[in-house]
Amino acid sequence: MSAAAKRPFMRLALPYILSLPALLVCIGILIPFGTAVYYSMQRYNLAFPMGRGFIWFENYQAFLTDPAFWNTIRVSLLYTFLTVTFELLLGLGVALLLQRRTLMNNVLSIMLMLPLMIAPAIAALMWKLMTNPNFGILSYLVGLAGLEDFKWASDPGTALFTVVLVDVWVYTPFMMILLLAGLRALPRQPFEAAELDGVPSSFVFFRITLPMLTPYILTAVLFRMLESIQQFDIIYAMTQGGPGDTLMVFQVQAYLERYQYTNVGRSAALLMVLWAITFILSNIFVKQWLRLRERARGV
Amino acid sequence: MGSDSGWKRVLRGVLLTIVALFFLFPIFWVFLMSFQTNETILRIPPSIVFEPTLQNYVALISGKLVSNAGVLEIAFMKNLGNSLILSVVSVALSLLLGVPAAYAFARFKFRLGEDIAFTLLSFRFAPPLLVLLPLALYFQSMGLIDTYFGLIWVYQLITLPLILWIVRGYFEDISEDIEYAYRVDGNSWLRTFLKISVPLARPGIAAAMLLAFIFAWNNFVFALILASADKQPVTVGALAFVTASGIQYGQIAASIVLSVTPTLLLALYAQRYLVEGLSLGAVKG
Repeated sequence: MSAAAKRPFMRLALPYILSLPALLVCIGILIPFGTAVYYSMQRYNLAFPMGRGFIWFENYQAFLTDPAFWNTIRVSLLYTFLTVTFELLLGLGVALLLQRRTLMNNVLSIMLMLPLMIAPAIAALMWKLMTNPNFGILSYLVGLAGLEDFKWASDPGTALFTVVLVDVWVYTPFMMILLLAGLRALPRQPFEAAELDGVPSSFVFFRITLPMLTPYILTAVLFRMLESIQQFDIIYAMTQGGPGDTLMVFQVQAYLERYQYTNVGRSAALLMVLWAITFILSNIFVKQWLRLRERARGV
Repeated sequence: MGSDSGWKRVLRGVLLTIVALFFLFPIFWVFLMSFQTNETILRIPPSIVFEPTLQNYVALISGKLVSNAGVLEIAFMKNLGNSLILSVVSVALSLLLGVPAAYAFARFKFRLGEDIAFTLLSFRFAPPLLVLLPLALYFQSMGLIDTYFGLIWVYQLITLPLILWIVRGYFEDISEDIEYAYRVDGNSWLRTFLKISVPLARPGIAAAMLLAFIFAWNNFVFALILASADKQPVTVGALAFVTASGIQYGQIAASIVLSVTPTLLLALYAQRYLVEGLSLGAVKG
């Protein structure tokens, strides 16, 4: 107490001094964000600097009648829905299989974490090798199964499936880790009581395990949705949004808009739409996460 | 729960084998491929019996790619070095800035603190390109584009929020009485922070540090936009290498192995910390 009491100024200023760097980073984010908002309301193409001007919401209005925009919305939502659904089902399944704390299960849960530690862009390259038509092991295997002409990511019909597969490979471990931690943190009494009463295991799963696990599932799903709707690395490294416009999700489309068509204004407007979606999602997520954290503390 | 009957145990074993195959086989296959020549890679049917060769790694490490078209200079090792510099320095800087700030957020209830914490958290989930596009134009006019300094600065957007949020939770768990007792003995605030609070929060700091390193190492889009070949990390470099080398598949596999080895080893070494960090301090399993 003594040192601080002698210098009341220090005591008041200390938290501000300590958090100054974090504040600077905040400003470092907010300034470009503000600029992006401003760009999104401009006619701004690097190839035509003379035409630059403030046009309010025209970029956004143009989206309403632009089929490419609606394609982006459709592909992004479909991608998010498919990846999160498969990752939840698979992650939950694996977590249930590994629930009991045996040596074997612990070793496996560590090994299964590895895909999550690989950079998504590099993971995409790995799967590109595996699906290479000349020597890829997966191309060879589907060939054996009779699908001679399966072209994976280079066929518009199977490109989405292939990229979702890579996403599932990379991110299912995240679901598994969170749900496994959740399962292992559940209180034991309800399960012991159910076993004593001879309650069938399907009833235990749907009426006890699943409801008690719901906060964990919600947190994990919201977090994955936030990342999945913004996916860039895997899709860019695998197909650059192609073939055609089959995989033009938000960030890939915005990247090409900026670097291929040099249209800064349109690119910024597209990213603002994505930001609005993630803003809503992240608010729900943060509330859910804080509630879960408090619960975990309370136990 | 309960005890399993025989067929249930068999089913569980079969399912776990399939799961392990799906998640681990790709890593294993690319690893094997990196020790093969293009001839053995292109063999049909594929076989795991082959004479291992180190020539892919030799080509990468010496920086000279020999193909039918001639000798090509490659900067892959430079990319690997860039990854190391960017990740290590970014994490070190974030620890230096983030741990005291996390302490301030945990201990002192002040308006600005909550605002900063929530701004950082909400932008943790914002589309990275949204911030990067204007930033690239700023950096160009400021001469920061394609510099380590500029990149490390931007990497703070990945590492600092992570460290802040995880470490903050650990500081909140430390009882204030312990700190107070030490202060009453006549120790300064700084001494208490360094001798009592930081050591007690060490598991949280370690978890945050490892996770921040892995996230920084695995980042792709920041350097794709803000750096040219000379400053690019492996994630971007490997993609460029694939395009440049064309059909040198063994070398592509070797480059992949080299770029994922650091994070995989780190994950195996420190898996307990990672589980804590990954669940965002939400679940202490």
